[in-house]
Amino acid sequence: MEVEAWFRTLADTMPVPTAFAARTHALATSLAFKEWAGCHAVRHYGAYPDREYYALRTAATVMDATPLYKVDVRGPDAARLFSRVTVRDFTDFAPGRVAYTTWCDDRGKVMDDGTVMRFDDERWRLTSAEPAYGWLAKHARGLDVELCDVSREVAALALQGPYARDVLARLVGSVADELRYFRARETRVGGSDVLITRTGYTGDLGYELWVENADAPDLWDAVLEAGRPVGLLPMGLDVLDIARVEAGYMLHGVEYTSARDAFIPRQESTPYELSLDWMVTLEREPFVGRAALVAEQRRGVAKRLVGLEIDWDAYEALLEGYGLPPALATATCRDGVPVFRRGKQIGYATSRTWSPLLKRYLALAHVPDGDAQPGAELEIEVTVEYERRRCTARVVPLPFFDPPRKKTTPALTAAPAR
Amino acid sequence: MKTKYDAIVVGGGHNGLACAAYLAKAGKDVLVLERRHVLGGAAVSEEVFPGFTFSVCSYVVSLLRPWIIRDLELPRFGLELIPLESSFLPLPDGRSLCRWANAGDTRREIAAFSAKDAEIFPEFGRAMSKIGQFVKPVIDSPAPDPGSFSPSELAGLLRLGTRFRDASADAMDFRLKLLTMSAVDLLDEWFESEALKAPMSVSGIIGTFLGVRSPGTAYVLLHHYMGEIDGAFRSWGFARGGTGSVSNSIAAAARHFGAEIRTEAPVARIVVEGGTAKGVVLQDGTELRATDVVSGCDPHRTFLGFVGEELLPDDFTAQLRRFRYRGSSGKVNLALDRLPEFACRPGADHLRGDIAIAPSIGYLDRAYQDAKAGRFSERPYINVVIPSLVDPTVAPPGKHVMSCFVQYAPYELADGPAAWPAQRNAFGDAVVDTLAEYIPGFRESILHRQVLTPWDLEQEFGLTEGNIFHGELTLEQLAFQRPVAGFARYSTPVRHLWLAGSGAHPGGGIMGAPGALCAKTMLGKRASAAITAGGGR
Repeated sequence: MEVEAWFRTLADTMPVPTAFAARTHALATSLAFKEWAGCHAVRHYGAYPDREYYALRTAATVMDATPLYKVDVRGPDAARLFSRVTVRDFTDFAPGRVAYTTWCDDRGKVMDDGTVMRFDDERWRLTSAEPAYGWLAKHARGLDVELCDVSREVAALALQGPYARDVLARLVGSVADELRYFRARETRVGGSDVLITRTGYTGDLGYELWVENADAPDLWDAVLEAGRPVGLLPMGLDVLDIARVEAGYMLHGVEYTSARDAFIPRQESTPYELSLDWMVTLEREPFVGRAALVAEQRRGVAKRLVGLEIDWDAYEALLEGYGLPPALATATCRDGVPVFRRGKQIGYATSRTWSPLLKRYLALAHVPDGDAQPGAELEIEVTVEYERRRCTARVVPLPFFDPPRKKTTPALTAAPAR
Repeated sequence: MKTKYDAIVVGGGHNGLACAAYLAKAGKDVLVLERRHVLGGAAVSEEVFPGFTFSVCSYVVSLLRPWIIRDLELPRFGLELIPLESSFLPLPDGRSLCRWANAGDTRREIAAFSAKDAEIFPEFGRAMSKIGQFVKPVIDSPAPDPGSFSPSELAGLLRLGTRFRDASADAMDFRLKLLTMSAVDLLDEWFESEALKAPMSVSGIIGTFLGVRSPGTAYVLLHHYMGEIDGAFRSWGFARGGTGSVSNSIAAAARHFGAEIRTEAPVARIVVEGGTAKGVVLQDGTELRATDVVSGCDPHRTFLGFVGEELLPDDFTAQLRRFRYRGSSGKVNLALDRLPEFACRPGADHLRGDIAIAPSIGYLDRAYQDAKAGRFSERPYINVVIPSLVDPTVAPPGKHVMSCFVQYAPYELADGPAAWPAQRNAFGDAVVDTLAEYIPGFRESILHRQVLTPWDLEQEFGLTEGNIFHGELTLEQLAFQRPVAGFARYSTPVRHLWLAGSGAHPGGGIMGAPGALCAKTMLGKRASAAITAGGGR
């Protein structure tokens, strides 16, 4: 075997390219990739992520979201299956709807989160961060459903930002105006069948486009062409990580450890501890983890996922003490740090980011229920010149960023205030 | 309609609005009166041609104080800032230089001209940032008062002095040079390449009637270097929707806190009785009363226009007349059918920041010679931005807006300022001709053109002699001397009349600091950590 071929066998195994790789790799002059669910994913296309960030918040971006795991469910009992497995009730879930949900193990500990989409009477899809086929199949016993893992057959493209509607309208006309928040519609773009959902992970106006792998490159080309006049740019995962913190969205493996991966109980979380109370419906047919969640409700929830805002004046003063100006990178920091109240550690922050748009230093944190009320004054650990310091931080309501354009229908371009 | 207020602010520019917002936030009953139909003064966005929104006058944001953004929660009220990514210099010989946010890219670009400059460039940036950090408390506080013996004043000065003293000898030396040298002399000490020095030196002359070789311009260079976004010095940005969005977000905050804002409400005069401001009379004869009257207009317009010389002390008026305006710049705003393509470097990547037409020091010198002779520069310094590249709200899809800041356009033409309307088109042509030398097919791509001469800036925007900063930003017109020694703390010889515009400390640019610090002074609050506000005298 030739030397190059030999080394290629070593590099060829993992991760694998997605269906958009021919396009994304050509544009990622940064060569900044990371592994996402076994696939190559671009972190940022150019030298730094800032340009993509501002494109997302002022124009529009596209991001390859293909690595998400996907299970297609077909059959009359699909609603029963999702009601049985997840914490939401899907009994009256109409065709064309999409819902964000989470699912637990028997002890009510969160395993994963994702979206359930219903295309029509028979066909549904679940997306997730980790493979969910096995878990669904295990609980499908006795139900009239057919499961198919389409994770590596279906490609996904996230079209997000205030001009996402304008870009989409160039491709699908009035569908772009009609599609409501968390709704799905099947249509055609060029010669391809495309499922469009008005969903995303950026907290902005946005859509996700789902196609067969073979159609992915054409879809990419069509979206970029339609987006060119408004300054659309391809976006990588680094900006997504900032955007999702601004949007107050938790991330699997960062804000919580899946019950499947936890080594000790304290690493696990319940939906209530992740402040997902709003999606849990207890008063219905039994579902996985229900008994434990009922017990938790009776007992009281111990901790909560909250938004924290680090007091900028305090932060600036802290750095000023070292003769340093405040400077934060355009990036989300996922190194967990302790959170204190009156000098005593009471919790921890899992994601921190400077929001260039909101001009606020934000964190997602886990604190005792009693300290979770907006306005609660806490402290967060800050490291300056390798020294551990504490800085004032306040609990604030989530999401940090919540523009009206995210949900309004028809989805109008959000021009700046005049 | 209501006729009595705690405070009336004359002029709905960004500083007047900032002052109103702070006063309203403190519970005061505030009215803002704007002469035009649109808010913002010189920080204004207008859809001058259908579909094309221009930042008509000021066009980039840098010095807007971060504490004002936080205090007034401006992002909540619509403020969105997008940083400029680069500074591009096209050259007539086909070469070009682009300075990027990325140090590695910038080093490579500069090295094409001078390896030595490329190596030292980051050091210069660091030196300027350190000075910026030193000067920051000065622009974030009312002007220091060197003549005062009050304990709080002395403590403030002492703190400032300590910061100065703690610096290394090298840094001290650099600071003193900054205060005295010309921009070119200072840059000569650092760099050898004209392609680097020429575009950098122009920061020293913006809004002044000085040349890049005039002593004192090094300091003005610093003023422009101090721009700060997210803690990073030397950052400039676009406001989404144009610079009027800054004013509009401040106005929205002011209204949120209870301020009333009226547009198309021109003030005829400020009512002064017994040496005390009592209110204003509008041009339609309406009289409105207030405990305090604040002017966001420039000192000349405020005192000689709205108050009247007869009501002011002679020595004050004499000093006021010595306060120099000498507008030296104009603005050409273009609506373009397509993106300009520079012959020396095709593509759009390098057009997302600012573009400088400043090919050499000699070119800038010649431009100044024209101005000294009482004519606009035949080949001017032009600072170009194309905000539509990053902000699709300001132009129809695929079309673009191009903002050209042009210097020199001296207010005093050889035939006097009133000769400007007759020369407006020729001035616009000079700008287009200059750019066309770099951009093939440029003329054909222009759909609409708006030309603003210093005369227009004065007539339409009330900027005396067309000075964009309400008075030159030269060292002798700054801090405790702005606008007049003894009245640099927003108070005036007229009791309860305050000055909140760029003619007050710390000066011009979309900073908001004069307005906010004026309000804080009026409220008698500690205006900053560094120096204690004395309140009115």
